[in-house]
Amino acid sequence: MSPGIIGKKIGMTQVFRPDGQVVPVTLLKAGPCVVVQRKTPATDGYNAVQLGLVEFAKKPNKPMAGHFKKSGADGVRFVREFRLRAGAGDPKPGDRVLVDQFKPKDKVDVTGVSKGRGFAGVMKRHHFGGGDATHGSMFHRAPGSIGASSYPSRVFPGTRMAGQMGDAQVTVRNLEVIDVDTEDNVLMVKGAVPGPNGAYVIVRRAKR
Amino acid sequence: MMSPYLSKVLNKNKRTDLPEFRIGDTIRVHVKIKEGDKERLQAFEGTVIARKNSGLGETITVRKISFGQGVERIFPLNAPVIDRVDVIRTGKVRRSKLYYLRALKGKAARLKERE
Repeated sequence: MSPGIIGKKIGMTQVFRPDGQVVPVTLLKAGPCVVVQRKTPATDGYNAVQLGLVEFAKKPNKPMAGHFKKSGADGVRFVREFRLRAGAGDPKPGDRVLVDQFKPKDKVDVTGVSKGRGFAGVMKRHHFGGGDATHGSMFHRAPGSIGASSYPSRVFPGTRMAGQMGDAQVTVRNLEVIDVDTEDNVLMVKGAVPGPNGAYVIVRRAKR
Repeated sequence: MMSPYLSKVLNKNKRTDLPEFRIGDTIRVHVKIKEGDKERLQAFEGTVIARKNSGLGETITVRKISFGQGVERIFPLNAPVIDRVDVIRTGKVRRSKLYYLRALKGKAARLKERE
């Protein structure tokens, strides 16, 4: 059994539990994936599988085409590696990985690249309060003091300031699987998932 | 455009058993209520003054006057707690949100019946 699967974020909606509770859910088009390469301690020093997401066949460049040819992975565009834990089975190159390995109530970790917000100020990036907009205030969205003066005579590392926000790898842990549609390879998880609709995400079994 | 996968979930979970009603209609909503391990139905009768959102999150706001006090309840239309909806009376109105009814009472808050 593979430790995870590659998916694509479709979008969010909400569904009802039988007891009437509303659950916010994200739909993920997960797989079908194919094992492109198997890494073993003997050859690579560690245990892992390289999975490729099978979707529309964009022509790979020549080095990648050669790599895919070894496992017969056709129509693969997006490739990610998953570490194999001891006793996690022994997938072979060419094996297919499908959503049916997940079932409702399972917990998963979802990794993706968050939406980029560009160079953001401290109010947006770190939820600073900012100042009054009116009443003669001349302090609106500035960060304020970033430290004391002659001592320490420097700005402490890690001080929250303006800068690039988003477009970074984010993992959301322990999302509950609500539903699995094996026919369409759609995974329904509870809650939000990083990235815009259409973004690639990696779904792993929850670490804890 | 909505993704085909999203609309599939929508079609699977959307309720189709509720009758058609419009803004301004008077309806009776029967809600399942759990008391301990027993389940009973509670009815809420009033005028539909708003219908919001689309898809699975669609809600209606029902307003009634209870002992001289205006009461509004918001129901998620696709929720399984709604047992059924009866249409009591139709209402002829010219807007989609009847918030102006909140300021009116008694005779002024009546709505004409739709033919």
